[in-house]
Amino acid sequence: MTGVGAGHAHVLYRATNSPVHRLPPEVKIAAMVAFTIAVVATPREALWAFGVYALLVAVVAALARVNARWLLLRSTIELPFVLFAVALPFLGAGERVELAGLHLSVDGLYGAWNIIAKGTLGVWASLLLAATTSTRDLIVGLDRLRCPQILTQIATFMLRYLDVLVGETRRMRLARISRGDDPRFVWQLRGFAAGIGALFLRAFERGERVYLAMLSRGYTGRMPTVWQGSATATTGQWLIAATVPVLAGTVAATAVALT
Amino acid sequence: METLAMHISNGIIDGPVAAVFAVIALAAMAYCVMRGRQDLDDRLAPMAGLVAAFLFAVQMLNFPIFTAGVSGHLLGGALAAMLVGPWVGALCVAVVLVVQALVFGDGGVAMLGLNITNMAVIGIAVAYLLIALLLRVLPRSPAGLAVTAFVAALVSVVVAAMGFVLQYQLGGTTDLGGNLAGLAGTMAVSHLFIGIGEGLITATTVVTVAKVRPDLVYALRALKPVASATAPTVGGVR
Repeated sequence: MTGVGAGHAHVLYRATNSPVHRLPPEVKIAAMVAFTIAVVATPREALWAFGVYALLVAVVAALARVNARWLLLRSTIELPFVLFAVALPFLGAGERVELAGLHLSVDGLYGAWNIIAKGTLGVWASLLLAATTSTRDLIVGLDRLRCPQILTQIATFMLRYLDVLVGETRRMRLARISRGDDPRFVWQLRGFAAGIGALFLRAFERGERVYLAMLSRGYTGRMPTVWQGSATATTGQWLIAATVPVLAGTVAATAVALT
Repeated sequence: METLAMHISNGIIDGPVAAVFAVIALAAMAYCVMRGRQDLDDRLAPMAGLVAAFLFAVQMLNFPIFTAGVSGHLLGGALAAMLVGPWVGALCVAVVLVVQALVFGDGGVAMLGLNITNMAVIGIAVAYLLIALLLRVLPRSPAGLAVTAFVAALVSVVVAAMGFVLQYQLGGTTDLGGNLAGLAGTMAVSHLFIGIGEGLITATTVVTVAKVRPDLVYALRALKPVASATAPTVGGVR
């Protein structure tokens, strides 16, 4: 966290300086989306291809100075789907195999592998994007990728108001406690649920003031160019970032051709 | 901030079906952008941001559905439709999904079309149709508003969950055979409970906002018969 910019950073952003951090955001978003599509398009039987993808992720992570432990810990986000995947070999229809005394569906086993491999690679790709791009840059990137202004505007306010919402929740909780409420564990929920309408209104009125202040300082629905920081991507930067999705695309095409 | 995924992640549904739904979602969002631009004024812009932030926070609450290993969560579609209208509401939900997919790895990027179709298109459409219908039928009182919000939230959550079942039937990567009905049943029952929770949250929030700042509730704006009503058109009063 870097003082002034702290409000704009988000929990997943790792503030260091690396070649990946320095790439313009639009380039990283495009590369990440293209990489994910290549991964999803790969036939699930081509086990080797997923190994290559994992290697690509590892190389980018190393370049971005994101350590493996952080990446693995944050991957727990897809746990519910891993559970779904584990159930598949038991639920799946069709041909079955005997494995370690269990009667499993072949299709289900491949299905489970498919979900775990593609899901995990997708999560890693987005975590790398999150780790190397601040939310502010993310919106600048979307804006430069010709995302409609109404969407970037909603996204800007959403990220801005998340802090307002969290702040108001904290203030209201303090207010309750200082008036003799003694919330413990689950019972906090009751007071919170009762106050949710009030929370919404308070956050809105605070947010409205922020918005009006922005309007009076010349906000027109788009952030000023000064705020956009780095210049748009050069051809060179596009080419550098393209290496990863191009490699992944080649692997996917080869895998499709082989199966 | 501990988050768990609950949107469709990469590899659950096969590529062609995901691509078809991506086209559907893109078309629907393009239309919403067109209609939403007219709606988004000085009052709605901060409200849209706050609704999106609220949804973002609320979607982090997760309920595991044990039998299938799929988890469910609050969608907030009815709340969005109520406060900012169907067009901007759908955009809010879509923005939440896009940001979650891009930086939280929550819901696969390649599956965005499916998730947007379920939650932003189906969820909002069902919620708004119900809101428009019920607000005309029910008495115009806080109780009527609460019932409207509750029912719209409950039904939209269940219908959106059924969207996933339909997509799984079309392009699930694993053939579940007879177990698909089981998946449908699990999703329906669990989302019924989630829908009740969502209905309560939506109703309390909307009623509180309507009491203090009725001008902020989009669904009421279109309906309110202004005393000096010169143009008795149903639609574009404002």
